[in-house]
Amino acid sequence: MRTYVLGLIANRLGSSALTLLIVSFAVFFATAMLPGDTATILLGQAATPEAVAGLRAAMHLDEPAFLRFARWLVGLLHGDLGTSYVNNVPVADLIGTRFVNTMRLAGITTFFAVPLSLALGITAAMFRGSVYDRVVTVLTIGIISVPEFMIATSAVLLFSVYLKWLPALSFASDATSFAQVLKIYAMPVITLTFVVSAQMIRMTRAAVIDTINTPYVEAAILKGASRWRAVLLHALPNAVGPIANAIALSLSYLVGGVIIVETIFNYPGIAKLMVDGVSTRDLPLIQSCAIIFCVGYLTLITFADIVAILANPRVR
Amino acid sequence: MENLVEIRNLKVEATTDAGRRLEIIKGIDLDIAPGEIVALIGESGSGKTTIALTIMGYARPGCRISGGSITVAGKNMVALGERQRAQVRGLEVSYVPQSAAAAFNPSKRIIDQVVEVTRIHRLMPLAQAREKAISLFRALSLPDPEGIGYRYPHQVSGGQLQRLAAAMALIADPKLVIFDEPTTALDVTTQIEVLRAFKAVMKKSGSAGVYVSHDLAVVAQIADRIVVLRGGEVQEVGNTADILSNARHPYTRELLSAFEPKARGASVVAVAESRPLLQVSGLIAGYGPTQADGLPLVRAVQEASLSLERGRNLGIIGESGCGKSTLARSIAGILPASAGKLTLDGRELARSARQRSREQLRELQIVFQHADTSLNPAKSIEEILGRPLKFYHGMKGKARDARIDELLDMVRLPKSLRSRTPAELSGGQKQRVNFARALAAEPKLIVCDEITSALDTVVAAAVIDLLKEMQRELALSYIFISHDLSVVEAICDEIVVMYNGRKVEEITPARSKVPQHPYSQLLFSSVPKLDPGWLDSLERDPELVKTYVHG
Repeated sequence: MRTYVLGLIANRLGSSALTLLIVSFAVFFATAMLPGDTATILLGQAATPEAVAGLRAAMHLDEPAFLRFARWLVGLLHGDLGTSYVNNVPVADLIGTRFVNTMRLAGITTFFAVPLSLALGITAAMFRGSVYDRVVTVLTIGIISVPEFMIATSAVLLFSVYLKWLPALSFASDATSFAQVLKIYAMPVITLTFVVSAQMIRMTRAAVIDTINTPYVEAAILKGASRWRAVLLHALPNAVGPIANAIALSLSYLVGGVIIVETIFNYPGIAKLMVDGVSTRDLPLIQSCAIIFCVGYLTLITFADIVAILANPRVR
Repeated sequence: MENLVEIRNLKVEATTDAGRRLEIIKGIDLDIAPGEIVALIGESGSGKTTIALTIMGYARPGCRISGGSITVAGKNMVALGERQRAQVRGLEVSYVPQSAAAAFNPSKRIIDQVVEVTRIHRLMPLAQAREKAISLFRALSLPDPEGIGYRYPHQVSGGQLQRLAAAMALIADPKLVIFDEPTTALDVTTQIEVLRAFKAVMKKSGSAGVYVSHDLAVVAQIADRIVVLRGGEVQEVGNTADILSNARHPYTRELLSAFEPKARGASVVAVAESRPLLQVSGLIAGYGPTQADGLPLVRAVQEASLSLERGRNLGIIGESGCGKSTLARSIAGILPASAGKLTLDGRELARSARQRSREQLRELQIVFQHADTSLNPAKSIEEILGRPLKFYHGMKGKARDARIDELLDMVRLPKSLRSRTPAELSGGQKQRVNFARALAAEPKLIVCDEITSALDTVVAAAVIDLLKEMQRELALSYIFISHDLSVVEAICDEIVVMYNGRKVEEITPARSKVPQHPYSQLLFSSVPKLDPGWLDSLERDPELVKTYVHG
């Protein structure tokens, strides 16, 4: 039985690795297909054809695309993300601090959003059809429907412009005291929590309702268990799989999808870096960011799947 | 003596999806003395489970107790608050569900669920509760009483789970145990062991019981008193022996008459040629990846050979997992057989339905057990019946309309049902539509896979009568698959007994009613009889039980 589970997990990890390979392939060729010649752009319109040819040779741009892909992939596996075209700094250095910033924002948001969503989702399921449930449902659907730039700009308008409680921009490096950290992160975290929680609340509610309507939860109630006990001890363990997947899907947004929030609050995160990379046609930077987003997404989803496998005694 | 349970003028109301309120229990009175076992009997929808659950102060979602009183050991369950009701549940009144397989939480060990009642009500230390559970497992003659609790529900068989559910109900020594159709989902050979175990522990514990069932013969073995219900009203109450020997109410007599042996009668269709209609030889079918020898990994049917003559019926019986449904599906070509030869009316049939000609598909139809899932819920009855008419006969417009009316008439359904959807019909009506759809093709052979199993006894009997009548009129043949011996005997000329994927015996009831093979004997003797002393006097060869019963 144990080997069977290990086999399932190995299978899952293997398919993640394969997905990553396919994505890296797609990322590389999609960026390679961007119009314009990199060497010409870098040297400007006044460059001589000889200079352009020399730069192309130096950057291996004259080699077949597949060879460049192989070279890039081998570099990635060694932790070498390449060198930025624009300012000739290793991409890893550019990304480094930005990545930490993004992860910090994601971590703080997760810390607030997940417990909040679970609590709201589970209680809404328990009191299905009640006024409480309806209020939660209306609010979550309302938030899903409002675009995040709307939430973010409204927050800026309210907290920074009218109330003047919080700074409109979030420079993470300015923080020196705990109070300042709170001030800097408050608005981005609130906005992101709104955005990611709505989905998690809906999915948790649905998963728990599915298991509440089972004969074994009825059996628990007929044993004299309170509603809390029946839901937390009997329904919830069987809803772990779908809930873990819903959480992973929502959180994956925090890695790659935060661009709007980072832009509005001018937060120095990795998504903003990537957008800057696109405007300067810095291919190694774009590719690296895309791969990082993909790794983040795959890690979360794979982790959720493994949790679901381990939570199911039928396969354990 | 003071009654343990006194129900007075109980009314339960249900709210339909459309928001309409419906009274489903219409003023019931019921008394249960301490230690007495009372059976609630009736068909589906008669309210028997609803009544049993109200004794625990519980109504399923969508239902509510709208009137009357239920006094359990001096407490009026209707007037109590939710928390006080929870105090009674599990402790004074406990519940054994219909399907233990569904009522055990799949993600928790069995022992933790069995002792949960003692944890909730803080009755005894965990170690003591576990010891008590193990002694109950032993009393219920479960194998490996020390170890079985430490498994997960999916790791034990259905019969064992049902006994484990009884242990779960008995752990707190309740004054009353409610059994809700506890053996309905089990095979007959397994049912006997479970019933015996229930009877023994109930006798030992001295608890009172409410036994909910649709099966009079099962109830006769265990109950002191029988309450016959229909449409949320009590039809008749009496001692078990009285009800069985001189039932006064016509409905009770109707239920009883389902047990009278019905003769199949001589073969009704005059057979000009005795060429076999269907011949199956050496059929092997199963599931899973194909192995090196070209056969599937799990062989559900192993080398089955059958022959059916025109105008005669073949019954296939066996318990769950014996391969009877797989056999039906591979005859119909839905699950292509891996080996073997099929001949219909002298012409060879391809193993897969995809390779059969339209004419061959038309001649051999299959009807499934669950009309609910085999009728498209989004289509009207008219469309459901019109489809095969167009597909096989190219019928259109008025001709098709007239034929649909004819088909509805044949299966004794009013024409007014034409524009309804399956959800608006009763179970028996749906099964008739299901059957009419097969008739629309004008087949020579209909494979009926457990078509009466989901129906109430009285409704099932009517469907069987319809099948017989259609056979007389249309010169059909049936292959009738069922786990219910009495149904098969009522309609079939030949009976094939299957066990573990193999055909163990073929019996012709007209010639000899006595099976020769030990498994057939065991199976036939396990069908409950109305005689209340049947279970106690039944003797089974322990060796035989060990070989063939895995519940």
